[in-house]
Amino acid sequence: MQSFQEEDYTKRFDLSLWKKIIRLAKPYHKNLLLTMMYMAVCAVLDVVWPRMTGFAMDTFIKDGHTNGLIWFTIACLGITVVQVFAIYMFQIHSGRTETGTCYTIRKLGFRKLQELPFSYYDRMPVGYLMSRLTNDTQRLGDTIGWSILDLCWGAVFLVSCTVQMLLLNWRLTLVILLVLPPLAVISWKFQKGILESYRQVRKRNSQITAGFNEGINGAKTTKTLVREELNIEEFNAVSADMKKASVRAATLSALFLPIVVSIGSIGTAWALWQGGSSIINGVEIMGTVMTIGTLQVFVNYTVSFFQPVRDIARIFAEMQSAQAAAERVVSLLETEPDIVDSPEVEAVFGDNFHPKRENWPALIGDIDFEDVTFRYKDGEQVLEHFNLHVDHGQTIALVGETGSGKSTIVNLICRFYEPTSGRILIDGADYRTRSQLWLQSNLGYVLQSPHLFSGTVADNIRYGRPDATMEEVQAAARMVGAEDFILAMKDGFDANVGEGGNRLSTGQKQLISFARAILTNPSIFVLDEATSSVDTETEQLIQNAIQTVLSGRTSFIIAHRLSTIRSADRILVIQNGKITEDGTHRQLIAKQGYYYQLYTNQFQEEQGLDILDGKA
Amino acid sequence: MHKKNNKPKAFPAMMALIGQNWTSYLGALIATVMIVIIGFITPLVLAETIDFVLDTKPSTLPEFVRAAVENLGGRDFLRANLWVMGLALILLNVVNGVFTYVKGRLSAVASENISQTLRERLYAHLQRLPFAYHVKAETGDLIQRCTSDVDTIRRFLSVQVMEVVNSVLMIVIALAILLQKNVQITLYSMILVPPLFVFATWFFSMVHKSFKDADECEGRMSAALQENLSGVRVVRAFGQQQREVEKFEDKNATLRKKWLRLNVLSAIYWSGGDLFSMLQSMITLLVCIVFAVRGDITAGELIIFTSYIGMLLWPVRSLGRTLSDMGKSMVAMGRIQEILHAEPEPDEPDAVKPDLHGDIVFDHVSFAYPDDGVPVLKDVSFTIPAGSTAAVLGGTGSGKSTMMYLLQRLYEPTSGQITIGGVDIMTIDRSHLRSHVGLILQEPFLYSKTIYENVGIIGGRDENGIHHAADVARASGFIARADKGWETLVGERGVTLSGGQKQRIAIARTLLKDNHVLIFDDSLSAVDTETDAQIRAALKGEKSGVTTLIISHRVTTLSQADMILVLEDGRITQQGTHEELCAQEGLYRRINAIQNTLEEELTQAIKAEGGV
Repeated sequence: MQSFQEEDYTKRFDLSLWKKIIRLAKPYHKNLLLTMMYMAVCAVLDVVWPRMTGFAMDTFIKDGHTNGLIWFTIACLGITVVQVFAIYMFQIHSGRTETGTCYTIRKLGFRKLQELPFSYYDRMPVGYLMSRLTNDTQRLGDTIGWSILDLCWGAVFLVSCTVQMLLLNWRLTLVILLVLPPLAVISWKFQKGILESYRQVRKRNSQITAGFNEGINGAKTTKTLVREELNIEEFNAVSADMKKASVRAATLSALFLPIVVSIGSIGTAWALWQGGSSIINGVEIMGTVMTIGTLQVFVNYTVSFFQPVRDIARIFAEMQSAQAAAERVVSLLETEPDIVDSPEVEAVFGDNFHPKRENWPALIGDIDFEDVTFRYKDGEQVLEHFNLHVDHGQTIALVGETGSGKSTIVNLICRFYEPTSGRILIDGADYRTRSQLWLQSNLGYVLQSPHLFSGTVADNIRYGRPDATMEEVQAAARMVGAEDFILAMKDGFDANVGEGGNRLSTGQKQLISFARAILTNPSIFVLDEATSSVDTETEQLIQNAIQTVLSGRTSFIIAHRLSTIRSADRILVIQNGKITEDGTHRQLIAKQGYYYQLYTNQFQEEQGLDILDGKA
Repeated sequence: MHKKNNKPKAFPAMMALIGQNWTSYLGALIATVMIVIIGFITPLVLAETIDFVLDTKPSTLPEFVRAAVENLGGRDFLRANLWVMGLALILLNVVNGVFTYVKGRLSAVASENISQTLRERLYAHLQRLPFAYHVKAETGDLIQRCTSDVDTIRRFLSVQVMEVVNSVLMIVIALAILLQKNVQITLYSMILVPPLFVFATWFFSMVHKSFKDADECEGRMSAALQENLSGVRVVRAFGQQQREVEKFEDKNATLRKKWLRLNVLSAIYWSGGDLFSMLQSMITLLVCIVFAVRGDITAGELIIFTSYIGMLLWPVRSLGRTLSDMGKSMVAMGRIQEILHAEPEPDEPDAVKPDLHGDIVFDHVSFAYPDDGVPVLKDVSFTIPAGSTAAVLGGTGSGKSTMMYLLQRLYEPTSGQITIGGVDIMTIDRSHLRSHVGLILQEPFLYSKTIYENVGIIGGRDENGIHHAADVARASGFIARADKGWETLVGERGVTLSGGQKQRIAIARTLLKDNHVLIFDDSLSAVDTETDAQIRAALKGEKSGVTTLIISHRVTTLSQADMILVLEDGRITQQGTHEELCAQEGLYRRINAIQNTLEEELTQAIKAEGGV
């Protein structure tokens, strides 16, 4: 399995990738545009302010009058109002862009995840998929909403500042601009270094969280093993490491600003010196004679001029690191599901989201494997030229060791995977000529570790048939023997099962998953029988439930309990992807092969005793 | 959790943490003061250049600086060598930069020290808290406290404490300088500062709720996502993709709505704050113009006023945020204190460390959980002879696991006495007891380490010992088949092992202890019966003299024990050998009968097929 660590972002800036992300944000392009517009207004006005002060000094103070001060005031007020409005508006639009982009990516991503085949889920751990639609998406929304905005502001501010300075004194400006390139290079290098060091901190931080997770979840085991002090020692090592990395990162950031400001101040000093000299000597130094007001404005510009440079450096560095997130999200959205219904099938039966149930034929439940070969993506061959015919209504128990191919057979029947070659026929027709949803809607499926959804007991039972009435839900629960314990709970059928059903015991979850399966009245039933032990009474209930659920349906059981196996119509022993034994319980017992061995191993007490006494 | 008499106080705890790092904080404080002072001097250089050097106004510099300037040649010198002023500006910025760096570095060191201390203290304390605490603990909540609460405190202590100092200093110094220059202008320049401060503070306390709201929505969204992804097979098997999309869509849309609301609030805050700030700057400028025209202040003083006010407004705005964050970090500290104040297992210096190869005697032992008082074990008495094997049969909730926990002093009896070799276990050193009583839990926890490290988890064993333990536990087979064999990583970031595989690793690691007593708390339940028998057979050959207790509901296992205890609802209802119990009416015979029925059916099956 691959490792799913956050990738390094040493790659070059990938413009086409960002174009894709921008395209994803298409519904918010209007907001994005408006944001930039308002931002530009702000940036221009930011540049105007120092000029207002300069104007005031040169007009009112130098000449010693207040004529026109009222107009000056009105102008100031006007600028303030416009600017505050622009600030409000760009915030609003930028926020809409951000949240909207997140919303859209999540929506598309979720939909994609509903279509992707199980082979995809086999490769990707749930946690990894989760962070695609949470952290990564958030990061992209943030980048689109704010980074681009900041970039825009920085650029407009820088340009208008430069223009203003050039207008005031172009030669002096050109000299000051010389400070820019080294400043930009240093900022860029620093920002990259800072980001990298914080990435290291985050990595350590997740180790800390994992440490706590383990320390708390494993506390009981730790006590039984008397391992407290060793644990503490190990944790402290990680903790010390975390501190080192954090201090390093903080030190680097603490260094950045002073260095940039110091370099920037060279520009300001230069302006003060040259501009001041121009005033003192009253001669044209570098173009024009300076006034005190102009000098004041000029110096102001040089102070604020350098801020956008370091901001832009920061944003580029952030975007480069967000690129990894962008890549992961785009790759999720661009993954093509390899199990798809053909357009012809979709035209007749509808797709996963818009089924045309009226065209669906009834499913009887005759199943044929015709020369089926199946290979996993990584090349591991599981089935080779596999043939099997199952009559509708038959209960088939699949027996064999882990990895023998039992689960694959079941997954192929469910069309969670498709054969690499060969065909699977249902009621005589290749199931690829029907829609996936048609098959899966006729499928009952109970997993070894039953998965319940948060919500009430009733919600869970009617999961496969949301329109089922309360009577039907109760009847289903009664049929599988779950009604008693459900009614014994405080809220009965309305009792909340908790996240993932964690308020119920394993046995109870199992019973509910049986009720859920039986309510849809499936023609094909698949059961991966649980191995975990439940108390004897629940065990009996489950056994009864299994019998109830199976009757009259084509059923496949990956069986572990002998009682289940024994009562199957047909038992298939699967070894290395092949059927080695096929028959009823009695037939296979009589055959005295693998099955007989398995059966007797579990029941022959004498043999067990011999092993215990060291005789065997 | 402890709540009664010693309700933990957050503030003194916080001060104590700061106190432990007082040198760093003092250094950071001095640096902050210097930064503020230099921050005020820098505009003075500009003002001085404009008023004194370029114009003809008198110098406003302090006496000693002025004397130095006069020595050099006064105004004429400066006019001839204007670069001096530029150089002064650069120097000020560089010195300021040095102090900024010192402040950043020192407060990082201090705050990282503190969070390291907190982290390690929490972790160690959690390790030492009693078993009962962890049984009841809400894992998610605890982890949250140990991580995000610590982080909240760290952030507060690293940046915000200094920011408060910085803001307050700036306001005080600015006021002092400005008031001295012109009281009236100062008052005009401050007129909007109080409302701005109130606005900022009010906003952050108000927005807190909206933030929490949005956070919760986000939690629900990711919970829905998680549920869908981990239940993907069920979703597909029931063909519920469309409904899942709708469900998620709903959460997704709500989340967007909450964030948009938050966005509007923050837009109001930023633009509102800017409105106050800009109006204030404007008022200051206008008032200064009027006063300057009247000749009450100079152009240079105008620059001082406008730039000082500009410098002031930002700290005032962020002070609102800082204050509301301070509240949050106090809450976080309180939550952490709650953990640290929970009572750990007490030290017992007088405890004894006897050999535990003796008879295990339960003498009228009763146990009830201290918090709810519901009795779990009722007057339980039995004796397990040293070196024998006892099997325990009982249903869920019969108290069988609790009975085992008592033997490791994970819980302590409410009444009655447990002795091993005649020594009351209450007088035995806990670590000693647990080191020599091997207890294998039904759902054992494996550490995020390699299989090899997991088996050798208690340390001090060589490779041969570890491999041998795995052989006995019948784990060597699947370990060899695993991806990277012994080096395969297990746990969250590694492979998922089946329940049976986990149990076998847990058995192997426990076997490496120096066990005088060995307890299987249904810890073979997920192993198939054949392997179960093999493990037990291998164990028998392992160490003699180890007293063994096995909880099981497998008749095979039970029947082979030297004695069987049947536990029902906290009471021992039957005890004896397999034969004795089979002869009695009771739970044991009923369980045994199920097995017999199955056997009969097997025989019949063979017969029916024509018999072999």
